[in-house]
Amino acid sequence: MKKIYLDYAATTPVDKEVSRKIEVFSEDKFGNPSSLHSFGQEALFAMDHSREVVADFLNCKRKEVYFLSSATEANNLAVFGVLKKRNDPHVIASPIEHKAVLEPIKRSGASFDHLPVSSDGIVKKEKLKELIRENTVLVSIGYANSEIGTLQPLKEISEIIREENKKRKEKIIFHTDAVQAANYLSCDVQSLGVDLLTISGHKMYGPKGAAALFIKEGVDVSPIIYGASQEKGLRPGTENVYAIAGLAAAIEVLDKNDNERTEELRDRIVRGVLSELPDAKVNGSMKDRLPNNINFTFKGAEGESIMIALDREGVAVSTGSACASNSLSPSHVLLSLGLSHEEAHGSIRVSLGRFTTKEEVDFFIEKLPSIVNKLRMISGK
Amino acid sequence: MKNKGYYSEETMKRFLNPEHFGEMKDANGVGKVGNPRCGDEMTVYIKVEEGIIKKASFQTWGCAAAIATSDVVCEMVKGKHVKEALSLTEKEMVEKLKKLPALKVHCASLAIKGLKEAIDDYGKEGK
Repeated sequence: MKKIYLDYAATTPVDKEVSRKIEVFSEDKFGNPSSLHSFGQEALFAMDHSREVVADFLNCKRKEVYFLSSATEANNLAVFGVLKKRNDPHVIASPIEHKAVLEPIKRSGASFDHLPVSSDGIVKKEKLKELIRENTVLVSIGYANSEIGTLQPLKEISEIIREENKKRKEKIIFHTDAVQAANYLSCDVQSLGVDLLTISGHKMYGPKGAAALFIKEGVDVSPIIYGASQEKGLRPGTENVYAIAGLAAAIEVLDKNDNERTEELRDRIVRGVLSELPDAKVNGSMKDRLPNNINFTFKGAEGESIMIALDREGVAVSTGSACASNSLSPSHVLLSLGLSHEEAHGSIRVSLGRFTTKEEVDFFIEKLPSIVNKLRMISGK
Repeated sequence: MKNKGYYSEETMKRFLNPEHFGEMKDANGVGKVGNPRCGDEMTVYIKVEEGIIKKASFQTWGCAAAIATSDVVCEMVKGKHVKEALSLTEKEMVEKLKKLPALKVHCASLAIKGLKEAIDDYGKEGK
């Protein structure tokens, strides 16, 4: 059976070119970048090169790039690292942020306000100003949503924060999780106006195990783990040179992503599915959306069932986010959009990627309707 | 033996091709359990004659495990006396499915609850 992967938002395969470029770091150039001998120095050279590539991609200085093990770790550092030295801090984030942002905020003990989202999954930026308090220290808004692919108006938000900061001694820090956006949108931190930005290697055709956090020069972030002086002491622990070089190599071949082609395939799926299942609903704005994301709700059929039945046909999609699959609660993102529990449970996410073909998309469009209809027969709904 | 999928083959078989689904017009016991909040809704229908469950069917909106356990419960109680059917356990159902992920065992509980409600409903009406 041919297997079709339509879950690129969960993780991507490593691009062959990336694999080829970094295989040398597994058996050959295996040194510890902190070692002064030649083995260490060639690894350190790879770290420096990787940092340069990421800095170019983000349009920042090399010293503003910090490597870590995952986007979750980066987001934890962004939240806890900023809040650590603050007294009675206040944080603002949207309710549709990834758990890797929401959970650290909740556990930090900081007071927390949601910047609300509209029913099409875009934050209501005009509400930001009234939420900002004297003790607000951090605003975190994801660039593109991992479940529904909606794009957030980061520039406008950073403009509001900049205006506010003019009046302040202690500046509000603006963080964005750009993990889902990095494949398709500019991550120029100057033009976005962010202070902290997270990207992850395995969402961009690099290996798992490396992420980067941009920390604008002058922004005070404290370490959350302690050890030696790697990453200027902000992220101690021997660097995962292989995966970090992989993240950089992935960025070097990023222009292989074809936004227009991906968008065409996305719209082909939407058209194809809606023509067979006219009562299906697309969650999230179709206008301000990643080219590779679709999120459907089907009445009378539950998401996990659809996903498992599709998997039997060789097609991999997901319900909400892969990270939520081990939980029974429906997607917090879809509930925030105002969907009922039933609608939120009846949703699947289809995410396309660099290697998705028209044939694969058509196979999915062909298989889905009978699965949904069968489940509707079983549910009687 | 290592399991290759999230669900056992038996669970998959019943999920993909359940044999007992559908509304039962002449049912004399109906049990409705679950809710959209938890993501599973089951209705169990039984037709009882002289204490024996002659037919059982279900309608389920929910995950693969919810559908498979609904199908199993209907199959397991068919031909049984209601008293005997009431002693059906989660464990027996899981055994019948070979295996059920820990997170999904509650689906078996829900199916049993649906059956009990259906039997209650039958008893209540003094049918």
